[in-house]
Amino acid sequence: MAATTFFAQASANRRNSFLLAAFVVAVLCLLGFFVGYAIAGDPAGGVAATGAALLLGSVIAVGTYFQGDKLVLAASGARPVDAQAAPQLMNVVQEMAIAANVPMPAVYVIDDSAPNAFATGRDPKHASVAITTGLLEKLDREELQGVIGHELSHVRNFDIRFALIVGVMVGAIAILADFFLRFTFWGGGRRGRDRDGGGGAQLIIFFIAIALAILAPIIARFIQLAVSRQREYLADASAVELTRNPYGLERALAKISADTEVLEVANRGTQHMYFTNPIKKFEERSSNLFSTHPAIVDRINRLRELTGEAPLSAPEAATLAGLE
Amino acid sequence: MDNLPLIIIAVIVVLLVVAAIGIYNGLVQRRLRIDEAFAQIEVQLKRRHDLIPNLVNAVKGYMGFEQKVLTDVTNARAAAVAAGAQGPAQQAAAENALTSTLRSLFAVVENYPELKANQNVLELQEQLTTTENQISFSRQHYNATVLDYNTAIQVFPNVLLAGPLGFTRREFFDAEPEAANVPTVDLSIS
Repeated sequence: MAATTFFAQASANRRNSFLLAAFVVAVLCLLGFFVGYAIAGDPAGGVAATGAALLLGSVIAVGTYFQGDKLVLAASGARPVDAQAAPQLMNVVQEMAIAANVPMPAVYVIDDSAPNAFATGRDPKHASVAITTGLLEKLDREELQGVIGHELSHVRNFDIRFALIVGVMVGAIAILADFFLRFTFWGGGRRGRDRDGGGGAQLIIFFIAIALAILAPIIARFIQLAVSRQREYLADASAVELTRNPYGLERALAKISADTEVLEVANRGTQHMYFTNPIKKFEERSSNLFSTHPAIVDRINRLRELTGEAPLSAPEAATLAGLE
Repeated sequence: MDNLPLIIIAVIVVLLVVAAIGIYNGLVQRRLRIDEAFAQIEVQLKRRHDLIPNLVNAVKGYMGFEQKVLTDVTNARAAAVAAGAQGPAQQAAAENALTSTLRSLFAVVENYPELKANQNVLELQEQLTTTENQISFSRQHYNATVLDYNTAIQVFPNVLLAGPLGFTRREFFDAEPEAANVPTVDLSIS
């Protein structure tokens, strides 16, 4: 049953999101503990710093949970639209909301000629979809349906919540690590070494803290990116299940890939939320450990697998990737 | 100790009653979901029926417009409205007939450049397209709830209670036999 597998997928996603969020929280705690230990010179300091890191993390996370979507929309310069201003867009969103069996989300438009889209919110009842004016102008109805289907799959699968929360956690880890490294640089380390009796153990703790401060942000970011890429494939496949038409999405991906406009309102903080990676360098678009999105060529080829077509030939793929 | 068999029987009876209540509530819930899903389809069918006369009025004034196509659409609409009282399967058949007459109407519109440029016709065409899509996506959802319910009333032990309590099989709102899976062909040059 289609409905059951969708449901299973969404609940598996929620479980994974929870585990990943827990893992990122654990990394945050570990980092907090060793940083606190290294600075204060005893385990009590570590516990205190862990508490402080957790408190800070939860305050930011709760704030993001309830207000993060508004922040993202405002930062992207999105303005709300209604059926008067964009009848076809609203119709297509309504169709896909029915297909995905989620409530009609709030719909926003970003005044930018680069074709792109994203979804945000904390759950399907509090979801928003934003589309650039470039996307509206350049795509036909079927292609638009594919893109909206993709975005509403993110909504239905609770990817939007994951993107919000983990994005913030990764940010909190980076801030904490950065703070510690600067602190060490400005002489915290000297004080640690001057103290008598700490000796070797103290030094080891200090080195663990430095190693964690360097590694934790990278590890957290890797987790975020790996999950983000996987979910793009999943959302593409779900979009085809919703629209029952792989060609619209495939053509939309090809059109967007061939487009050379750069989305000016996107930045490193929001790039993982978009339909395709808005930062347009070839390195950013190829599929590797550091990208938020799989390469468009790979996404198209996975769609072609669904329809039983042969993958894109090497020259076609090179043209799409902008290599000529 | 004499009461022990009596107590065991009483416990078993209570457990059976509790289980029966659970089954009954589950079936009622599933049946309500079907009604809810069907209500959603009906809203859209109504909207489509309301839009069609506007479309017919918008195109019939054009010189030489094929009158037969318009008559077909009008008749199919009347049949679909009438079929509303005859259960989901009948209704689905009438709606499918209406869909195909609408498709021929839009195919004919393609031959009239002034109609293709008419803002009113374009808007109606978009409204009818979205309504048709919404009907087909709602139908998918409705059929899923019917399948779920029909399965639930036939599995053991539910089947023992479903019949006596009046839970009967529900009809699917059928998709068009072959058209549902045919990908649309895009002939426009992009």
